[in-house]
Amino acid sequence: MFPELGQFSLILSLFFALSLAVLPLVGYWKGNRLLLETARPLTLIMSMLVLVGFISLCIAFLSDDFSVLYVAQNSNTQLPIWYKVSAVWGSHEGSLLFWVLILCGWCSAVALKIRTLPADVGPIVLAVLGIVCVGFLSFLLFTSSPFVRILPDAPLDGGDLNPLLQDFGLIVHPPVLYMGYVGFSVAFAFAVAALITGNLNASWARWARPWTAASWAFLTLGITLGSWWAYYELGWGGWWFWDPVENASFMPWLSGTALLHSLAVTEKRGVFKSWTVLLAIFTFSLSLLGAFLVRSGVLTSVHSFAADPTRGVFILGLLIVLIGGSLLLYAIRAAQVRSTVSFGLSGREAWLLLNNILLTVLTLTVLLGTLYPLLFDVLGLGKISVGAPYFNAVFSPIALLLMVFMAVGPLSRWHQTSANALLVPCVIAVLVSVSVSAGLVYLLGFGVTAFISLAVAMWVVVLSFYDWFSKVSAGTKGIIPRARQLPRNYYGMLLAHLGMVVTLVGIVLVTVNSEESMLRLSPGDQATVAGYEFRFDRVEQLKGPNYLSSKGQFTAYKEGKQVAVLYPEKRFFTTRQQVMTEAALDAGFTRDLYVSLGERVDEQAWGVRVYVKSFVRWIWLGGLLMMAGGLLAALDKRYRKRARAI
Amino acid sequence: MRKFFLFFPFVAFSILSVVLYVQIGKDANYMPSALIGQTVPEFTLVSLTDDELVSNKDLPNQPYLINFWGTWCAACHVEHPYLVQLARSGVVIVGVDYKDKKSLAEQWLNKKGDPYRYVLMDELGHFGVDMGITGAPETFVVDSQGVVVYRHQGEINAQNWPVIEGYLQ
Repeated sequence: MFPELGQFSLILSLFFALSLAVLPLVGYWKGNRLLLETARPLTLIMSMLVLVGFISLCIAFLSDDFSVLYVAQNSNTQLPIWYKVSAVWGSHEGSLLFWVLILCGWCSAVALKIRTLPADVGPIVLAVLGIVCVGFLSFLLFTSSPFVRILPDAPLDGGDLNPLLQDFGLIVHPPVLYMGYVGFSVAFAFAVAALITGNLNASWARWARPWTAASWAFLTLGITLGSWWAYYELGWGGWWFWDPVENASFMPWLSGTALLHSLAVTEKRGVFKSWTVLLAIFTFSLSLLGAFLVRSGVLTSVHSFAADPTRGVFILGLLIVLIGGSLLLYAIRAAQVRSTVSFGLSGREAWLLLNNILLTVLTLTVLLGTLYPLLFDVLGLGKISVGAPYFNAVFSPIALLLMVFMAVGPLSRWHQTSANALLVPCVIAVLVSVSVSAGLVYLLGFGVTAFISLAVAMWVVVLSFYDWFSKVSAGTKGIIPRARQLPRNYYGMLLAHLGMVVTLVGIVLVTVNSEESMLRLSPGDQATVAGYEFRFDRVEQLKGPNYLSSKGQFTAYKEGKQVAVLYPEKRFFTTRQQVMTEAALDAGFTRDLYVSLGERVDEQAWGVRVYVKSFVRWIWLGGLLMMAGGLLAALDKRYRKRARAI
Repeated sequence: MRKFFLFFPFVAFSILSVVLYVQIGKDANYMPSALIGQTVPEFTLVSLTDDELVSNKDLPNQPYLINFWGTWCAACHVEHPYLVQLARSGVVIVGVDYKDKKSLAEQWLNKKGDPYRYVLMDELGHFGVDMGITGAPETFVVDSQGVVVYRHQGEINAQNWPVIEGYLQ
């Protein structure tokens, strides 16, 4: 009964979404207050109905209702209960429902906060979100319903969840990532609403900022979790693969970062207006493109869902309506916008413009690399794949350049900055960063790349603290009261910038200072990697809830002292007949010990990968700091003021 | 002029949509082999059945299949009965036992039946590298002139056999 209830409430919610997409807009054009005010209740009812649909699917999973095709394909009676819940979003249909649920969550959040917006803006924003909901709900209902039954011959047991997804990281990674992806629809809705109403003044930027910052924070966390998961679950110690689907999440992040900064300029100075609107559309478009790439099967990737041409065509149609429509609207309406304020070449506007240019170039670099194989194929030039060498060679220098400017922006003043205000701190920072980095590189024997990267990292740290210090030491109040007066927005920025530095240091050190070896070991053997002695103690055969496991035991010693005992596993999932490698990790602040079991070579010996990864945790630690920065900025007090009554 | 530029994102997106549309429904996993249109690379390997050396000149003079397999490969277990069936209907198959042990391969063929004209032992996997295989099972169609005309990755079964058979003519 629950699956039917779910299906029914999704169909109902589609009708509410349709009304939401139409009524407020009609109200706006007719000047009918009543119709405008329907937006809020319509949004909330639509969201409740989607929630009912989602809960129905959860119940189907928890009660092992294998007469539902989706449950039969992705669950199993032996599956532990927490994976039964996460299996709800383990494959295409359920994850799409989950996507719609999160979209409705954001819509409801906007609906509940609608009083902070002018009476004619809020409903239009909700109406635009309603259009997006119509698109995704009809995609869900017409091509990918998770409630399809297999009756009367329902299987007794299900096909089990993909073992790759039976993992804690995968319980939390998709929800958080979707929060980010979908969150950009709010910024998009603000931008489109601004285009529709022609109300493209600086205030729309202020309304859009906290929403953008919040979704950016979620996306940051989602990407960080994904990278961490890939590191420990895929069994070969990489943390980023430039896989098309990773890129699909990284592109909206890059352009969302650009959007955050250009929104700041538009809010404070009223310039870059039409650019900011375009960027908001662009960011959401990249989120949608990501969804398309994952669900249409046009690119190969470890993340892809089963390819289905009908779905591909449907979601492409969705893209054309949403993105094509909004870009067309942009082309027609943005011509009216003209910035009246000018700015000097040394003002903060100019630095942020540079930031935007570089971030856009980075986004396009990744976009080109991701889509290049498709273009190549369409032009009949054959099959190629674009891999890490391209991305590393093109992306890294631009990203480093961006970080150089990242440190200068906050120091500059709006409109115009005096040369001395920049020159003094920059000279200090150059001296400190070059000497510290040179010292480190000399002591540790690294190369030129490491020198440049570490110098850039130091440069950002020195200038950030210089900026903070000059802000708190100005005036007569004393440092602590001044420090507490600085807005959350500012601390958010500082935290996010330092997070970037921490990530950079992690990336550099894990690249230049790690040791990896692939060994052939039998129980009792020892091997030395990067100063650590690894002893292969034994292998045991164990039985898990839905798998059989060969569990190895390794003891790691440093200078004769035991530092860790590691248990890498090779799991054989019986239902899916699939083998999974579970690497064993000993995590540390400055290094990770990483052991994974490879193939069994003969009766005794195993292929074993042993890595000592330097500072790898810093990559994700930086991600967490960036996320915290984004949340802090989203929570800044001044966004919470109510709109003046009109 | 400015108005014209504002249409640029829309135009760029339209072009991208066309590209994406063309790609829908194509199999992204399909990788054509660089060997197609070329003769089978040179090799000298030991035959499993009689320990004789086999090289290019010993390959059949009629269209045939080269099938890479191994006892360690799970999909090969699934594929094997179908190959036996094909061999019975007269399809010539040259087997390459890839990165495997002789004793295990002999047991396998005794137990499951032998669909192969002969089996080459590629214990070190050098021939596999020359043929550019990415895993097992993998099958190549070679015509009567000794030219590779098709490559199939993964198991052969009743669904995909008609396509492969088409190249075998």
